[in-house]
Amino acid sequence: MDSRRLSRTVIDPKVRQVGFFTPCDPPPARSLSVPADTGASAIVPTDMSSSPPLTDIYITNNSFSPVRIPPPRQASAEGLHSLGRAAGSTTSVFAHGVLSPHCWEGVQMPIGSYNLSEFTQGKSSMLSPSSSLDDLDFSEEDATSACLIGSASGKEAAAFPRSSGEVMMAIKSGANAPAKSALTTASVVKALPEVSEKDGGTSIEKQNEGIAARSKQKTTKAERRAIQEGQRAAKAAAKDAGKGAKSTFASSGGALAIAKQTKSAILPSQKKDGSAVVSERRFDRNPDKDGKKDVPQSSMQFDDKIRVEKAKKRAVVGHFEARNRVELFRHLPQYEHGPQLPCLESKFFHLDHIHPSVYKVGLQYLTGTTSGGNARCKEMLLAFQEAVMDYSTPPEKTPARDLMSKISSYVSFLIACRPLSISMGNAIRFLKNRIAKLDHNMSESEAKSNLLSDIDRFVNEKIIVADKVIVHHAVTKIRDGDVLLIYGHSTVVEMILLQAHELGKQFRIVVVDSRPKFEGKALLRKLVMKGLSCTYTHLNAISYVMHEVTRVFLGASSILSNGTVYSRVGTACVAMVSHTFRVPVLICCEAYKFNERVLLDSICSNELGDPDVISKVHGRNGLNDLENWSDHENLQLLNLFYDATPSDYVSMIVTEHGMVSAIQS
Amino acid sequence: MDFQVVVMAGGYSKNLAPLVSEEMPKPLLPVANRPVLSYVLELLEASNLKDLIVVVEGEDVALRVGGWISGAYVDRLHVEVAAVPEEVGTAGALRAVAHHLTAKDILVVSGDLVSDVPPGAVAATHRRLDAAVTALLCITPVSGPSESVSSVGKDKGRKLPRANIVGLDHTRQYLLHVAAGAEVGKDIKIQKSILQANGQMEIRADLMDAHMYAFQRTILQEVLDQKEMFHSIKHDVFPYLVRTQLRSEISDKGAPKNGLNGADYSLNGSDPASEILTNRTHKCCAYIANKSKYCSRLNSIQAFCDINRDVVGEAGHLSGYSFSAQNNIVHPSAELGSKTTVGPQCMLNEGSKLGDKCSVKRSVIGRHCRIGSNVKIFNSVVMNHVTIEDGCFIQGSVICNNAQLQERVVLKDCQVGAGYVLTVGSEYKSEPLSKK
Repeated sequence: MDSRRLSRTVIDPKVRQVGFFTPCDPPPARSLSVPADTGASAIVPTDMSSSPPLTDIYITNNSFSPVRIPPPRQASAEGLHSLGRAAGSTTSVFAHGVLSPHCWEGVQMPIGSYNLSEFTQGKSSMLSPSSSLDDLDFSEEDATSACLIGSASGKEAAAFPRSSGEVMMAIKSGANAPAKSALTTASVVKALPEVSEKDGGTSIEKQNEGIAARSKQKTTKAERRAIQEGQRAAKAAAKDAGKGAKSTFASSGGALAIAKQTKSAILPSQKKDGSAVVSERRFDRNPDKDGKKDVPQSSMQFDDKIRVEKAKKRAVVGHFEARNRVELFRHLPQYEHGPQLPCLESKFFHLDHIHPSVYKVGLQYLTGTTSGGNARCKEMLLAFQEAVMDYSTPPEKTPARDLMSKISSYVSFLIACRPLSISMGNAIRFLKNRIAKLDHNMSESEAKSNLLSDIDRFVNEKIIVADKVIVHHAVTKIRDGDVLLIYGHSTVVEMILLQAHELGKQFRIVVVDSRPKFEGKALLRKLVMKGLSCTYTHLNAISYVMHEVTRVFLGASSILSNGTVYSRVGTACVAMVSHTFRVPVLICCEAYKFNERVLLDSICSNELGDPDVISKVHGRNGLNDLENWSDHENLQLLNLFYDATPSDYVSMIVTEHGMVSAIQS
Repeated sequence: MDFQVVVMAGGYSKNLAPLVSEEMPKPLLPVANRPVLSYVLELLEASNLKDLIVVVEGEDVALRVGGWISGAYVDRLHVEVAAVPEEVGTAGALRAVAHHLTAKDILVVSGDLVSDVPPGAVAATHRRLDAAVTALLCITPVSGPSESVSSVGKDKGRKLPRANIVGLDHTRQYLLHVAAGAEVGKDIKIQKSILQANGQMEIRADLMDAHMYAFQRTILQEVLDQKEMFHSIKHDVFPYLVRTQLRSEISDKGAPKNGLNGADYSLNGSDPASEILTNRTHKCCAYIANKSKYCSRLNSIQAFCDINRDVVGEAGHLSGYSFSAQNNIVHPSAELGSKTTVGPQCMLNEGSKLGDKCSVKRSVIGRHCRIGSNVKIFNSVVMNHVTIEDGCFIQGSVICNNAQLQERVVLKDCQVGAGYVLTVGSEYKSEPLSKK
């Protein structure tokens, strides 16, 4: 991993390059897209060594392009295209479980600086928390979480012979053992029980043969068949291997620590090689077809005209595109917020296929009556629960499939009302998984009651009980005489503060708030009513109040596999200031909000709010300089909802599985 | 969407005395040559509401209305017509059809509503806020229909005496106070408890209750069962629900506040705390229609004239007709004499004949009318089969079916009942004229 360390010293990862730039000196081995489309990540080394010229083509083709870091699902779909997504996670997990950690580290050795296989593998191990969510088996889950609570890095310790602190060392030392690399990777493919060697072998052969010819991404017929077979076999394999292998690695805490390592590798590469990123982009037309069905909007790029047109056709809710769209955020949906609600309201009786309770929740999202990650997720699940309750299978249809399509249509309706949060995506994936796993022989009422109790348990265990456990953990971090800084309005943080107050701890609170929502005011009112001593200030005064603060408690919308905290806009600022002042930052986040995605900035994935609200100043109606701002062509207003806090600024993450101290690298 | 619709079509309204008759009950009064009920039915149809219950007063009215609906809406709507005895009021009518109501929410619409506000918007607001009752409120047009019959004609200059008083919370979603125009004296009495609970109340007099309510069925039926004295939805049931939203005793000692000049007041109470809203037992909400939407009720003769004028004029999209280049609607089979002019915002229906040198402005003329020469018709509504002889002058009047106006009749702001004959040269001003 010398190259990785090197790049890190050359370019400080904290400096983020954003927008348009030229990749100055494209190293040849970077463009992982080549193996990515061909198939298993396992064959990366072979491929790379055989086809360096090809990579150059891509690099030269796309030198001036915006950075776009693909959402990891896509990446994995590309990288492990031939194996399918499910198999993708299993492959690497399997490798970790069975082989020694060295093989993982070894894999990347011959390749050079950064490559996708490392990325995917690192990520797919990250993927495990959510894949455990996927086929959430409660008993299993409990077992893993119990193991987790025992030691923050218990999971890691299970997978790696070393303790978490030494992982870095292990990676470094892995660099000195290049001999293992090629062999061990190949064995990953072979180690898979049902992906037959023949399939793997043929695809490798095919790739080797066809590489020169295949400058475009067209696969031959035989290849496609091989790929399909591979996918089918891999799915079967995933089912068998899934339970054992995944559960061993299903750890959010462990994942996080690894995320740190991976991130440091990804960061410099992202900066250097726009071209690798770009060439990946070329593929997302074809290979992510199956991925996009899953959660279409998350990977939807709104600057992709063809897809936007298609999406418009099947849209339930009419959207009016904003006139002054912010260029940098064109890939995100930017709509006029004014006419959305009346349009939806007037269509009330036309949307007969949407269950009333789902419709109600959608409207509440749209109007902002329901906001906040937990509340939105809970409301959505409860609405789905009602929908399931009222569901009856039409004749000649299997309940599992029909219900699945119903839920999908509900989800797309909800997305039309407001983009889903990452945690909601997790919950939906969980629900769909449960539906898919319904036994076909089960009677309808039985299946329904199963689903209802599943949803109930999810809400209970993942949200309600999880919050209680988090409060229980986090309260231990509050000591007498502390001055706590909180930002925005996180329900968990509120519960923590109230609990600590009930326990009789003596502390002060600094509530930091920001425009345009002023969510802190509601929180402040609740705290003051309970008799806590508070200071209220706005975000712009944060460096003044930070002097006296001893701890910072923040909520999160999601925590990503590279340790990035995705949260209410302004959180990053708070975290950075407190980092500078050496004040510990504690992030409180339920484990169901963890996601395998990797985000490096808050640009490629975000949500844009109504730009009008930032043009108005609350309580000062006289300030109307921006009244008709949309008439000015050169003026665009941007109201971001989220930002990404790099893990470097987070001292500790509190989940219901325990507290994980983020490693400062 | 689990909604049922009840249309309160009414019967022979006393307010519309000379206009309604045995043959022409209120639901069938023509507005731009279509029964007024059709506007509601088509509004509902446009919202994909096809199962309707239409409640009318009186058996014979039910027969007529039912006959018309089955003819006009066969294969388009599934309408059940229920007849209730006269004078049971809207609440009584609802009680009568209560056993047909099964859905979670009930949308009650007045049959005399002429509007383009989507009912879905009211229903959606109702659902979103999880309300017990949601009412559609419209901004009263400045020179629009008033509640009182007396304001026809001569007292136009006077300020409209009666207005609804509506109290809203600061988000303008929750209804805190309602008082119908007739009940309002010099003072408004506001419940202290509601004011305290909300901290702030916005009192408005420029909003009109459009008689479109979404009720939660269980609550509605409970109220109807318990309060047998309740006669009208608007005057009894709805205010009752608003009054008892905190389930507190109705106190008459509420601080009286003076003044209702159509302006907005903001009464500042203790603290603008929105969270306190959660402790109410049921929520009463309002959907305030956009200013650009048309909304009015045909509940007076003045309103009848206004709506007729508006539907062929500024709210022309409601009529469903296409306007000519002169901004009027002239049926191709209508015959016009020489030098006869039909101005903008006019409607001339099939088979009507106008003689020479006539002038028609801002008026609606029905089917098969025979109008002689040198007749002036301004701001009026002439229904079907009316004969108007030479030299008549008609302004601001309504002339019903089969009426006959002999030569040189002058009418100003009159209502001529069906089949009435006005003799040669008679002059009337502001009078209802009908067979005794």
